[in-house]
Amino acid sequence: MIAYIIRRALYAIPILLGVNILTFVLFFVVNSPDDMARMNLGMKRVTPEAIENWKAERGYDKPLLFNQSSQGIEQLTDTIFFQKSLKLFQFDFGSSDSDRDIGYDISQRMWPSLAIAIPVLLVGLLVNITYALLIAFFRATYIDIWSVVLCVVMMSISGLFYIIGGQYLVSKLLHLVPISGYDTGLSAIKFLILPVIIGVIGGIGSGTRWYRTLFLEEINRDYVRTARAKGLSEVVVLFRHVLKNAMIPILTGVVVVLPLLFMGSLITESFFGIPGLGSYTIDAISRQDFAIVRAMVFLGSVLYIIGLLLTDISYTLVDPRVRLS
Amino acid sequence: MCYHWQQSDNQIQHSRIGLGWWAVWLILLLLLNGCGERAWNAPYPSSESKSNTLYSSFDERPKHLDPARSYAANEYAFIAQIYEPPLQYHFLKRPYELVPLAATEVPKPHFLDQAGNSLPDDVSTDQIAFSEYEIVLKPGSRYQPHPALATREEGGFLYHQLTPETIAKLNTLADFSEAGSREVTSDDYIYQIKRLANPKLHSPIASIMSEYIVGFSEFSKTLASASSTNSEDRGGSDGFLDLRKFQMEGVTKLDRYRFKIRLRGKYPQFVYWLAMTFFAPMPWEADLFYSQPGLEKRNISLNWYPIGSGPFMLTENNPNLRMVLSRNPNFRGEQYPQEGEADDVALGMLADAGKPLPLIDKAIYSLEKEVIPRWNKFLQGYYDTSGVSSDSFDQAVKFGAGGEASLTDEMVARDIKLATAVETSIFYLGFNMADPVIGGDSEENRYLRQAISIAVNFEEFISIFRNGRGVVAQGPLPIGIFGSRAGLDGVNPVVFDIENGKPKRKSLDEARALMVKAGYPNGKSAKTGKPLVLNYESASAGPDSKAQLNWMRKQFKQLGIQLVIRATDYNRFQEKLRKGTGQLFMFGWNADYPDPENFLFLLYGPNGKVAHAGENAVNYDNAEFNRMFDQMKNMDNSPERQRIIDKMVDILRHDAPWIWGFYPKGFSLYHSWYGNVKPNLMANNTLKYKRIEPELRNQRQQIWNPPIVWPLIVLFVLIVVTVIPAVMVYRRHERSAAR
Amino acid sequence: MIGELVILWTDALVFILVLFSIFFGVYAAGKEHLRGPWRLVVRSRVGVSTLVILSFYVIVGLLDSVHFYPLLPGKDQAGQQTQSAEVISLFDQLVTPLRERQEKTYSAPLATHLYAKENIELPSGEVVRDYPRLAFGGAHLENPELEWSKDILRLSAIGVLKGFLVSVVITNILIALLAARWRGSFGDAAKLLLTGNTAVPWRVVLITLCLLILTLFWAIELSSSYHILGTDKVGEDVFYQALKSIRTGLLIGTLTTLVMLPAAILLGIMAGYFRGWVDDLIQYTYTTLNSIPGVLLIAAAILMLQIYMSNHPDEFNSLVERADLRLLFLCIILGVTSWTGLCRLLRGEAMKLREADYVQAAVAFGVGHFTIIVRHILPNVLHIVLITVVLDFSGLVLAEAVLSYVNIGVDPTMNSWGNMINSARMEMAREPVVWWSLLASMIFMFVLVLSANLFSDVVRDAFDPRLRNSR
Repeated sequence: MIAYIIRRALYAIPILLGVNILTFVLFFVVNSPDDMARMNLGMKRVTPEAIENWKAERGYDKPLLFNQSSQGIEQLTDTIFFQKSLKLFQFDFGSSDSDRDIGYDISQRMWPSLAIAIPVLLVGLLVNITYALLIAFFRATYIDIWSVVLCVVMMSISGLFYIIGGQYLVSKLLHLVPISGYDTGLSAIKFLILPVIIGVIGGIGSGTRWYRTLFLEEINRDYVRTARAKGLSEVVVLFRHVLKNAMIPILTGVVVVLPLLFMGSLITESFFGIPGLGSYTIDAISRQDFAIVRAMVFLGSVLYIIGLLLTDISYTLVDPRVRLS
Repeated sequence: MCYHWQQSDNQIQHSRIGLGWWAVWLILLLLLNGCGERAWNAPYPSSESKSNTLYSSFDERPKHLDPARSYAANEYAFIAQIYEPPLQYHFLKRPYELVPLAATEVPKPHFLDQAGNSLPDDVSTDQIAFSEYEIVLKPGSRYQPHPALATREEGGFLYHQLTPETIAKLNTLADFSEAGSREVTSDDYIYQIKRLANPKLHSPIASIMSEYIVGFSEFSKTLASASSTNSEDRGGSDGFLDLRKFQMEGVTKLDRYRFKIRLRGKYPQFVYWLAMTFFAPMPWEADLFYSQPGLEKRNISLNWYPIGSGPFMLTENNPNLRMVLSRNPNFRGEQYPQEGEADDVALGMLADAGKPLPLIDKAIYSLEKEVIPRWNKFLQGYYDTSGVSSDSFDQAVKFGAGGEASLTDEMVARDIKLATAVETSIFYLGFNMADPVIGGDSEENRYLRQAISIAVNFEEFISIFRNGRGVVAQGPLPIGIFGSRAGLDGVNPVVFDIENGKPKRKSLDEARALMVKAGYPNGKSAKTGKPLVLNYESASAGPDSKAQLNWMRKQFKQLGIQLVIRATDYNRFQEKLRKGTGQLFMFGWNADYPDPENFLFLLYGPNGKVAHAGENAVNYDNAEFNRMFDQMKNMDNSPERQRIIDKMVDILRHDAPWIWGFYPKGFSLYHSWYGNVKPNLMANNTLKYKRIEPELRNQRQQIWNPPIVWPLIVLFVLIVVTVIPAVMVYRRHERSAAR
Repeated sequence: MIGELVILWTDALVFILVLFSIFFGVYAAGKEHLRGPWRLVVRSRVGVSTLVILSFYVIVGLLDSVHFYPLLPGKDQAGQQTQSAEVISLFDQLVTPLRERQEKTYSAPLATHLYAKENIELPSGEVVRDYPRLAFGGAHLENPELEWSKDILRLSAIGVLKGFLVSVVITNILIALLAARWRGSFGDAAKLLLTGNTAVPWRVVLITLCLLILTLFWAIELSSSYHILGTDKVGEDVFYQALKSIRTGLLIGTLTTLVMLPAAILLGIMAGYFRGWVDDLIQYTYTTLNSIPGVLLIAAAILMLQIYMSNHPDEFNSLVERADLRLLFLCIILGVTSWTGLCRLLRGEAMKLREADYVQAAVAFGVGHFTIIVRHILPNVLHIVLITVVLDFSGLVLAEAVLSYVNIGVDPTMNSWGNMINSARMEMAREPVVWWSLLASMIFMFVLVLSANLFSDVVRDAFDPRLRNSR
């Protein structure tokens, strides 16, 4: 088992290297060191000398990938790529255009993101499974048909509408929760209620539909028919057999997204003024702070790969046969 | 039997769910209510409801809070309250007047000739080789409590040799338990001027100061070489360079409270710089403290944690969420001004005259990036003041028959007040004068620019996109800056006619006639017959940009010109300006100080962006204009200066390198509990004058924000109602299964 | 009227897509395993009614994809008719009144006055502050307060009547055609159709079509004298914007999958078929690409495009071309972020098929790999491709709105629902609220996405027999 995990983890290294090279190429094509200097130094009264100085100070005056003026191995190491990009592997993200350490900011902003993402995931899971079980129970009745139609309708509404509408209704008209903002500790709850509810509602459509198909697949299996033939009530059948067996795909589906919860939700966070990683990314994009965007890309990739790894492991735990293939 | 048992079991379960639901609601209500003191939707804790605190917002995190680097309005909002430069602008008087702040008086220049001999004050400009400013400080100014100044009892500084382990545990500056203070001396002011010259800090005014302060650029070079050798001996880990060891020729300490600065030639605008935080004092201890390796990684740097002697200090620094300014306990003390403009007494601006400043204890700035939440929170009473965005404008402001702005009934009902002021800035549409099609000195291209100047109707722009919050510009100088002319004298004859004593934009027919002269009848080249296509560079992105770009195209279409919008990001936009590859673009300038030189230099040839990397973004270069600029720039305000400026403006209007867009008008709204609001566009340190009545505020917040719960109850009932048929179906189902 | 044709990149791709679909239709008609499911689709009531609605969208989108320089009335020196420098589409030409009747700023749906008060100078020179009349909306009314409601009713009645007449004609034509096909009498065909006793639910088709036509004629009639969905901040007709956004939405939904389809199919099948290092390499490529967060990849790519454009300004002469290229680029980059799912599915399927007897037999006979892939594997995975394309469609349309909100979507000058929602954000804070832009874009988007979702359900059920049987 451990050997297997190690093998999978080693497999992640070339992928991360690939991501690293790709992001480096993308971002240094877009954003030359000159641009970075200019963003950092502000808009008014910037002289070319100041830019040269800035670059020299931070080591951005080197060639991008290959240094012809150096000797031996330094031809490769004395470059921006080697000095800046490979540091990402040590989670040293450098500093942003506003001279703040990115790693520090990420470690601070991670928590608000989780404060939204985890409740949305858990409540969403609970609501979706309950709803899907209900539909499965009433399968092939008018409740089933209309619930599925309702799901499709809910899926077809843009997520932006839920946010704009929810904020307008609950905060502006009904004065129930603050419009936006965030606080630390328990007082954060009143800021989180609305985004969490909206997050859950936005996910009901697709989530319920997906779980419903899972349940229906299980319901039609032979063992379920046998159980029912034994005279077990429908509720017992649903909970003891159907739900239990459908939990495997549900849980492995959840495991994949677990690490990505750290990344936060882009739109919700910026709408509700929550200082998480999602709004951090959006800000960075709109202010073109490439150092942050690059760090977030790298972080996202790492988390995604961890998610894949976790899924592999959870599959192996659930079904040991997988390991052999 | 069997089904009976099941049914009862289910009923128990149902009631349990019901109970559970009610419990959830109860907890929810309790949590929301907090201690019951405050409205549910209050974004602040209830404990703060009655404190003497000002609530405001900021929409972008500041980049630099280091006074040597900061050069943006959103940064000044904080640091101008913290750092105290020698001078400030008078809060109430207009036109803007410099008054002493940390200094005892506004320094008068003392002129010297090449040999260093004194010259009389009325000597002609060409004889002056140097001018000297002697600054005398008020004694008794002390720094805010700060760990950099904390000392041990046996002497020496407590936190100047931090170990990596201590640093690893730090998160904010507040994690240091001890803090110290000391008196501000002239050394600290000198230290800061030296910091401006430090090439590592990239102070934005380093280049302009090196032109004037004697020995400034030499000092920079010394530091550059010193720091490179320094970093080699120490392995580059410790960045501290003790500036006290190096002397700058033009800056001399006279005694503990006096120092003088020697400038090259005559530079009357220098006193304005002394009112900016660039010239605030900086203790060397702070520089040493922050340069300890590892602190930068924890975001503890001078760029984020200021150390000042002003009325406030930054006590909470979380640019991701909020910034809190609190009263500096060591503040020297200052009184609210005793006199102001004529009607200030009637407006209640002098009610607090003579009271010790600051009037509030604390100011909390929350990060608010979206306009809508900010506006709504203002209406709910959670921000004390707010700007007016274009989209909420009609809700707030109406115009009277004579065009004067007043508040709508809704605002009046809430006792909201309005303050307006024409800003000392200009937005213009620039023609790149280096471009062969649109620029240059040829007569045809000038006609083309004039025609476009007529066609682009900025009155309409102001009314659509700024809801009338702006004044159409007649030239480069905003109203209120010396040299600008008000009324009909100031009307730009190239674009406007005077009709019935009012300026009236020339008709499109006249513009089309100019197009014919320019060689583009109906917008088509007379030579090739091809339609004229111009490029408009735009860096704007945002909800409003599409509408603005469409509007711009519409304006050019009136002359038959096709406008291609080249939307791009800000970096690319800047690059185009630098390389001179753009044609048309919209740009703005915000005054550093209230002097015409600060606007006219934007069109001075030797400031050309492409050739000299200056601020002249349109690369305009007119020998006559340049000559007069040199003559005008060092003059004191006088009729003679006005005459020269008039001539310069006439040249500019004729050449039309800009479409003189508009001077924005700032509208800000504030609640009745927020006092002493008088827009001052030059002074940034006005927080200390503001007054708050927390009792009234809390009362209003309660009245305005009653929670409306019935929709929740309706929703709950609705859910219950829809569950009933489901339960019925379920029972039938179970019954049939049981059989 | 129509001058020189302009073929934009996306136009070309759209028409390739149309050709491709026709080709596929002809091909599928000959194959029972492909024709069968389609027969199921057209026999489903939901399937046909959504098909009618989708075709309406497609027709608008296609009309909007024929671009040209319109001719101006004047002539130049050479005696040729002058062309406008502006590129417009066939659809623009059809709805010229909608396009050209611009007001000054906001006006509510069907309004006769602007939405905000302005200073109006009376002939007497006195200035009053009031709602000014619109330049076009309801301009024919002398006294709007009294005549407005009557006029709206009158126009609605005319519109509905016209729509009704056209519907009747269409119904008759349809019955006649069906009668000819069934070789029965007109009366019999009508009876069968109206009672709903046909294999293909023609009655549902007819009802949907008639409703659509009624709405359409009603809208046309009203929009001839009013702005039926109001005007936006610069006075452009919102109805026109919403209609123009259809093309953008459709293109994002279809081209995105189309541009990456060849790569996804080729790589997916190759990985599954060859296994070994080919498989490893392909898996490596798509895992790497997939692991980069999509939004960030898109942001970076869009910024790159902007740099390319500012470095090569001469290649993009008109606004339309710039916007078009950005759209295409967005499709490509969205494709890059979304092709991996399909690739993985195909890999799995190809692995299974590789072990199938007939493939093994072909290998034993020494048939070349390429031939095996084209002959045996490709035809058997086509249904997966189809299902993915249909399923992805609605998600992509929704994604466009979110991306435009973050300013990394389509060009800000292009009409799209995302851009409309983005500007509506500010409008929601106005008092009184400007709700029509948001509502219009939401409704148009909702109808499209809902139809697409329902349709894709039907298609998937038809092609995936496992699920079909479980119902």
